[in-house]
Amino acid sequence: MATTLSCGTDSPARTTDTITVFAAATLSTAFGDLATAFTASNPRFSITFNTAGSFTLANQIAQGAPADVFAAADPAAMDLVAASQVSVFATGRAAIIVQAGNPLGIATVADLTDPDVVVVACAPTAACGRLLGDVTQRAGVVVTPRSLEDTVRGVVTKVTLGEADAGIVFATDVIAAGPRASGVELPDDVNVVVRYPISVLSTAPNSPGAQAFIDFVLSPNGQAILASHGFEAP
Amino acid sequence: MTTRRRARAQRLPWPALLLAAVAVAFFALPLVGLLWRAPWSSAWDYLTSDTATTALRLSLVCSLWATGLSVLFGLPLAWVLARTELPGRGVIRALATLSMVLPPVVGGVALFFALGRRGLVGQYLDQWFGIRLPFTTAGVVIAQTFVAMPFLVITVEAALRQLDTRHEDAARTLGASAWTTFRRVTLPAIRPALVAGAVLSWARALGEFGATITFAGNFPGTTQTMPLAVYLSLETNPEEAIVLALVLIAVSFAVLVGLRDRWLGQVRPQGSVTA
Repeated sequence: MATTLSCGTDSPARTTDTITVFAAATLSTAFGDLATAFTASNPRFSITFNTAGSFTLANQIAQGAPADVFAAADPAAMDLVAASQVSVFATGRAAIIVQAGNPLGIATVADLTDPDVVVVACAPTAACGRLLGDVTQRAGVVVTPRSLEDTVRGVVTKVTLGEADAGIVFATDVIAAGPRASGVELPDDVNVVVRYPISVLSTAPNSPGAQAFIDFVLSPNGQAILASHGFEAP
Repeated sequence: MTTRRRARAQRLPWPALLLAAVAVAFFALPLVGLLWRAPWSSAWDYLTSDTATTALRLSLVCSLWATGLSVLFGLPLAWVLARTELPGRGVIRALATLSMVLPPVVGGVALFFALGRRGLVGQYLDQWFGIRLPFTTAGVVIAQTFVAMPFLVITVEAALRQLDTRHEDAARTLGASAWTTFRRVTLPAIRPALVAGAVLSWARALGEFGATITFAGNFPGTTQTMPLAVYLSLETNPEEAIVLALVLIAVSFAVLVGLRDRWLGQVRPQGSVTA
């Protein structure tokens, strides 16, 4: 009978303490695991996520979105928001994602120049948008993608659905896709090192919670979870 | 004339007027917000940029194709739904309007499974004819037609149902062929509905986003229509996004206002039966 409709009300007797995490789309699987482990050992916290392209998120934060933590896949996105104490919590590299089993036998970046290979990449709104340009420039080739997806998820989806043959993504995206896709590693001379920054936002409604979550991400436990998803140590 | 109209308006209860005013403000405020934030000094540069002109041209071409296809296939479908005793008509009607309620992204994924390179039909289009629809302009037209055609079908079907069939019967008894009857009697009678349905379809196609970006992808010149360009530039260049959005609104508004006076003014249909 007395079901309380507490939608929007700021009840002082909150049993859980919500932390709002804005995380780049490429981080969503790993951060899901980090949140599960964090809330298991800190039951008074609960975590809500907003995942999108890094620059999309930075724009939302700049427009006043109530975020506590921002985890990006590009330090340039972090530069767009007001944050204190930016830490790099992981590094990574780029890879080519191909259909499961690599049916076209794609081995190098140069193989992507074949006009019969349907390549998709990220739009500049996502951190992965720079990967194709960086990698092809280092390899000295020109690749024309058929589509510029708004997040890395769009690239992964189009490859796993079989509509695209290949895409340039973060190496961790290949791991996250599991058996639905295969990856082609890129040698160091054409690859880039990606640094993933995280911070408590200056406008964070819950900065103690935000700091607690970030401490966990940087802790050995957090780093072990990230490593299991293919992220490298900062 | 004006006094009579005012007298009628005064008879409306004030809560209705108040609610109507709220509704108008609800539609007008977001538009005013865009105008308020628009970078007027640099608007012309954004308007004449490659992104804007390419996307606008693509949007107009694709939405007109989608409208044409909607009329070509939707008019016969509406006629079948209104005039035949086909078994399972209810199911067909539900199918034909399903894409109106389907989230557009789901529609895009469904189009993949039907017409994509690995799709039910798409795999044969690829193997036999070398036709691949995803990531092409044709794919944009298909995605737009998929979400736009229902507007034509339901509008025209409703008009056909309201039409007094005695006019058609009379034409036929006077010796007109079925085609002549349709062309000379039925079509003029449903013309306002046909135009309204086509305009609604066109407007829906012009604003289409989700099915397009999912099925056709996003690439300037081939598949990046105005809504996609607006969405993507919103993150990198919000000022450009606002200008592009205003262009899209201006084009739609001009067509809706213009067509309403010219065509839809004469909605008192010649052959309709009062309910």
